[in-house]
Formats: sequence, C-alpha cells, structure tokens
Amino acid sequence: MDRTERLARIVADHAFREGPLLPILHDVQHAFGGIDREAEAAIAEALNLGRAEVHGVVSFYPDFRDAPDPRPEVQLCRAEACQTRGVEALVPAAQAAAGERVRLTSVYCLGLCSAGPAARRGGEVFARLDEAGVVRLIEEA
Amino acid sequence: MTKVRISDDALAVACGADAVAAACEAAGCSVERVSSWGMHWLEPLVEVDGIGWGPVRVEDVPQILPGTGSGAATRSGGVEGHGRDRVPSRGLVEPPVPLHQPAAGPLPRSGEALYVGPIAEHPFIARQQRLTFARAGRTRPLSLDDYEATGGWAGLRRALALAPDEVVGEVTRSGLRGRGGAGFPAGIKWQTVAAATGARKYVVCNADEGDSGTFADRMLMEGDPFALIEGMAIAAHAVGAQQGYVYVRSEYPHAIAKLSAAIELAAARIAPFRIELRIGAGAYVCGEETSLLNSLEGKRGEVRAKPPLPAVAGLFGCPTVVNNVLTLAAVPHILAEGGAEAYAALGTGRSRGTTAVQLAGNVRHGGLFEIAFGITLGELVHDIGGGTASGRPVKAVQVGGPLGAYVHPDRFDLPFDYEAFAAADALVGHGGVVVFDDSADMAQMARFAMQFCAVESCGKCTPCRIGSTRGAELIDRIRLGARGLDAVASLPQMHNAAKVPRSRAEDIALLQDLCETMRFGSLCALGGFTPYPVLSALKHWPEDFA
Ligand SMILES: Cc1cc2nc3c(=O)[nH]c(=O)nc-3n(C[C@H](O)[C@H](O)[C@H](O)COP(=O)(O)O)c2cc1C
Ligand code: SF4
Ligand code: FES
Repeated sequence: MDRTERLARIVADHAFREGPLLPILHDVQHAFGGIDREAEAAIAEALNLGRAEVHGVVSFYPDFRDAPDPRPEVQLCRAEACQTRGVEALVPAAQAAAGERVRLTSVYCLGLCSAGPAARRGGEVFARLDEAGVVRLIEEA
Repeated sequence: MTKVRISDDALAVACGADAVAAACEAAGCSVERVSSWGMHWLEPLVEVDGIGWGPVRVEDVPQILPGTGSGAATRSGGVEGHGRDRVPSRGLVEPPVPLHQPAAGPLPRSGEALYVGPIAEHPFIARQQRLTFARAGRTRPLSLDDYEATGGWAGLRRALALAPDEVVGEVTRSGLRGRGGAGFPAGIKWQTVAAATGARKYVVCNADEGDSGTFADRMLMEGDPFALIEGMAIAAHAVGAQQGYVYVRSEYPHAIAKLSAAIELAAARIAPFRIELRIGAGAYVCGEETSLLNSLEGKRGEVRAKPPLPAVAGLFGCPTVVNNVLTLAAVPHILAEGGAEAYAALGTGRSRGTTAVQLAGNVRHGGLFEIAFGITLGELVHDIGGGTASGRPVKAVQVGGPLGAYVHPDRFDLPFDYEAFAAADALVGHGGVVVFDDSADMAQMARFAMQFCAVESCGKCTPCRIGSTRGAELIDRIRLGARGLDAVASLPQMHNAAKVPRSRAEDIALLQDLCETMRFGSLCALGGFTPYPVLSALKHWPEDFA
C-alpha cells in the first residue's frame, strides 16, 4: 500500500464516527510520524473541510507534529507536584543525557503526583526518579 | 499455594510493580493484579495471604514470602507465621524518609521494615469513608465477576426500574455536586438535559484530568472502570441519551487501555446505550467542558461562550450532560437502594457526600483519601499526610490544581467544603492537595502559574492570552528588582504609558491590576482563576518577591 492508500484507509476506518478528525489525526501521526501539508490536504478533501481548518486543528494540539521526528521521546513531568519533589534539579542531567539523540520534552502532570519526579517513555511510566534513574531511562530510550 | 495480590495501577507499575509481580510468580505464588489501595508511599504494595508489605523491590521478595529465603525469620523474630502482633505496625507516625527511594540496590531490606499488616486495618485506610473507591485494592479492574460480586450493576438495575425523572430526583436528593471543579449540582444539570429537546442527547465524561496533583480520575478509570460505565449508563437513562463519550487525556496510556477494554466487556450490559472512548491531544484547556466538546467534534479546543449551556446545546448542538469521572462514578452507589439518603447524610453545609482528596507533592503519605466533606486541611496535611516527605516544615499547599490558591498553614483550619474554600478565595477544584516545604520559592510558583496560563491559553480572549505573558514578565521584573523603563512601556505606540520607570510598589500594583483584569475579563476559568495562585503567593509570602 502506498502512502495515499494508507491515508485513505485511515480516513475510511473512522468514517462511521461523529466528529472523526481527532481520531484520524492520531492514527495518521502514528502511521507516518507526523501530519504534513500533504496529509492535511488529503484529510481535508476526504472530510469536506478546508485545509486551513485541518491545519488549524493540527497546530492547536501539542501532541500533533507536522514532520516526523525519528528520535525516541522521553517526557519529564515539570508540573507543580513534581517540582515540590525536586524535578527541576534533575533537568540539567536529563538534558545532558538526552543530547541530540533523545527528544526530551516537558509534560504537565502524568497523574503520579504523590511519587514524583515522574516521566513517561511511550507506554511506560516511571516515578520516584533521582538523577541516576532519569539518566538511565533516557539512555535506554 | 501462596496468594499474592499486587496492583497494576500506573503508579504501582511506575514504582516497579510488574517486576515484583514477576518475581512472586517465579517464586511459585499465584499472583492477582488488583486495583491500588491508594497508599502510594507503600507502592508496590504486596498482599501476601491477606498481609500487606511495602514498598517492595524485587530483591525484597524472598523476605516477604512464607517459606522462602530468610522471610519468616526476619519477619517475626524467628516465629512461624505472619507474626502480626509481634512486628511493630507501620502506623501513620514514622521518622522522615528520604524523598527519593535509593535506586534499587542489591541489599534486601529486612521484612520488618516492609511490614504493613492487614491492609484494610491500616490507619490510612481505616479512617476513610470509601464509597466511590469502595473497590480500591480489593478487585481485579477488568473482572466482571469481581464487579458483580461487589454490588456492581445494582444501581443500574434499580435505575432502569425507575422512571427517568425519578432517577434525576434521586441524584438531586443525594446532593451530589460536580467533582470536576465547579461543584455544580449534578441533579440540576441532568434535569436541564432531560427537559431539553434535541434530535439526539449525549452523556460526555470529562476524563481530561489535567490538574497537577490530581490522579483520582486516573485511579478510578484504571481500578474500577465498570463503575464509570455504570454511572454513564444511569445518566443516559435519566436524560434519554443514546450515545456516550469518554474524553481521556493522552498522557494516561494505562487508563486508556483499561477503559477501552472495559467498554468492550460491558457493551452488552449497557446496550442499547453505547460508549466511545476518545483520546485528547495534550491541551490542558480541553478539560474545560465547551473546549472538550469542540475537541470531540474535531475542532480546535477553543472555549465557547455560554449561554447556550452544554445541557441545552452541547455536542453537535444537542443537549449534553458533561460530568467529571468522579461525579459519574459516584452515581451507581447513589442509585443503589437507600444510596441517595446515605450519600446526603455525609458531608457539611451544601457539600454533601464524600470527596476524593489526592495528597500529592512533598508529602510523606501521599495517595488517595476519600472522606466526607468537612475534614480540615490541617488534618489532611499533618495527621493523614504526615507532613512533608522531606521532613522540613510545610510552607504552603496548593489545593485545586494550577488554578487553585496557595494556602498558608495559618489557614489549615479550613474545612474541605466548596463554600468555605470560596469564602477564603481558594478552590476545592478536583480535590488535589499539593504540599510544599519551606524550600519553595513562592514568587517562582506565581510566575509558573502565569507561564502555564500563557502556554495553555486557548487564545480566545486577550486578558488570558496576552495578560498571562505580561504577568510572567512582570513577575520577572519584580524578582530581579529591575528599575529601568520596561520594554513594552517604552514602545512608541504606548502613548498612555508612563515614561518614567516604575517603582517596585508600582510594579506590584500593576500585577494586582493585571490579575483583576484577568479575573473579570476572561471567558473561562483558565484566565479567570490563574490570578488566584499569583495573588495568594503575593499576599502570604511577599518576602519571596523581594
Ligand atoms: C481550564 C479548565 C480545565 C478544566 N479541566 C477539567 C478536567 O480536567 N476535568 C473535569 O472534569 N473538569 C474540568 N474542568 C471543569 C469543566 O469545565 C466542567 O465544569 C466539568 O467537566 C463539569 O463536570 P462536573 O459538573 O461533573 O464537575 C475544567 C475547567 C477549566 C476552566
Ligand atoms: S480565559 Fe483563556 S483559555 Fe479561557 S477562553 Fe479565554 S483565552 Fe481561552
Ligand atoms: S505533577 Fe508530575 S505527575 Fe502530576
């Protein structure tokens, strides 16, 4: 299946839903690593929307990217409860460990706030992180 | 065979529960993965033949299993059995522990240090009044048998035997108010939807739980997902809805997995009502109900002006119930025989029933504490939470998430009650309590609040979109003691701005003025409530702004 067909398949998979755009965007990003102009145009066409409308939605939500980023991602929680448990002190070591190889991003709460500092790597979650712990999970990403 | 129960809640897993479960299985135990009791400082909490041990690491497993390694000996001074009354129980008072558990080292700890005892008798659990979280720690989240055996579906069965308006009446009588933040009476909302006319009606569960310091929605979805489904089905019957949606934030992969499995398992049980799971995409503001509806419709998560209320014109313009996870999950209990009266009998003033307090941040005993409204903040932080995890004095607590005020310990007499908190310029919100020790810099926290608002603003109104950025700059200026003419004031188009530099007092007055503008000029509570953490920090800890 080429790209166009895969895109069409994703859109068709969600056609039965009310308000299918977000589920489609999640799947497109999952399949292609990002949602570029071409994909936006194809989705817009299929849903009878303007490309600007689709682009407006893609650019509103932090989870959506316009271009794939092949690097593994580690999300470090930097919200209030994790701050009280010392996450800011881990940031320099985390950044050094991530370097250019790992995309280290900040999130605001993973719901592990009684056991922070917390982080997420895809479907895995980590808590009670100290410097060694955060460096290890980034190096193993 | 030794029966072992270990939680598969995301927090337990994040603390290593999967590896501990595998080690127990390798040692020949039969392992059941259950929901979490909510004593987070003890996770992974392992229940061996009814006796709790925690926090357990893989190396500790031989210590806590009967008949393996030095377990029994260490545990009860050489006496066989669990020696419950020989081992000092780990009560609520214990010496401060380091904030960070040391990384898993090779040395097993003695069984004694891990001994918790019969879990339900632990003071942290025994003091609670668990209704919404009655199953926490006790059942397998995706077992329909466990659910049924613990009273599951009784509320739905009874509701379906009642007329829709009688169901609404029961919810109204229970005094249940929305747990998402605003505390709006659930019965009145349902009544409005029931009375409204529309081509279709919807029940939408708000599971966006974006507030830092909150995790009760997550625990419920992971630990007792059928209770949420049952609550939604009851709501659907009460208002005449055919379709339900649960909007879960993407930051909760475990909750998403559990809930989607549960929805499939329960589909036949709630038919013809249908529930579909939808995943958010990282925007905090999508927890605001109208923004959430836009997001469900496939639009940018911008907040809508009210009226029309979602109850009248919500999802796709149809009458829609939007309720928080905890609001809906409280409903099965309320609809069970005598439930409404029992619920209304708890609480204080107009805050009826129980509240799921989430103790978080720098607190020794963090976790989920469900209790009738009316308990004071001081009891929660000191008696139950055990003070700070760092052992240092408590400086502040933030209640109600990033939009909640910072409360000074001199107001620890405040009872958990919507009206009492509002009167003190504070917010119960979703019930998160984040504890800060004396190393916290409250000016930094005030700046964080402004910055968070700037990042998460949906952009619809100026006080929020631009005011928050100006607010963060202003706090920087105050903290740095900058005395020059500020960059914005010196722009040529700022005709009315004073051309002499502002003093510190003028900067602070300007910050207060900006907060007033945000409070009264914002469309939703993101811009409207961000001033609360800022102004409370400024009021109680002015020295931090020097
Ligand atoms: C910025 C913002 C974020 C919100 N986030 C949530 C949330 O994550 N979960 C929630 O249930 N309510 C949230 N709310 C409140 C909802 O707008 C709404 O009041 C609630 O979902 C209604 O349900 P309830 O009556 O059961 O509380 C938020 C409100 C605002 C202004
Ligand atoms: S206050 Fe902020 S988040 Fe709320 S509607 Fe206005 S711009 Fe959007
Ligand atoms: S604040 Fe970090 S997990 Fe909630």
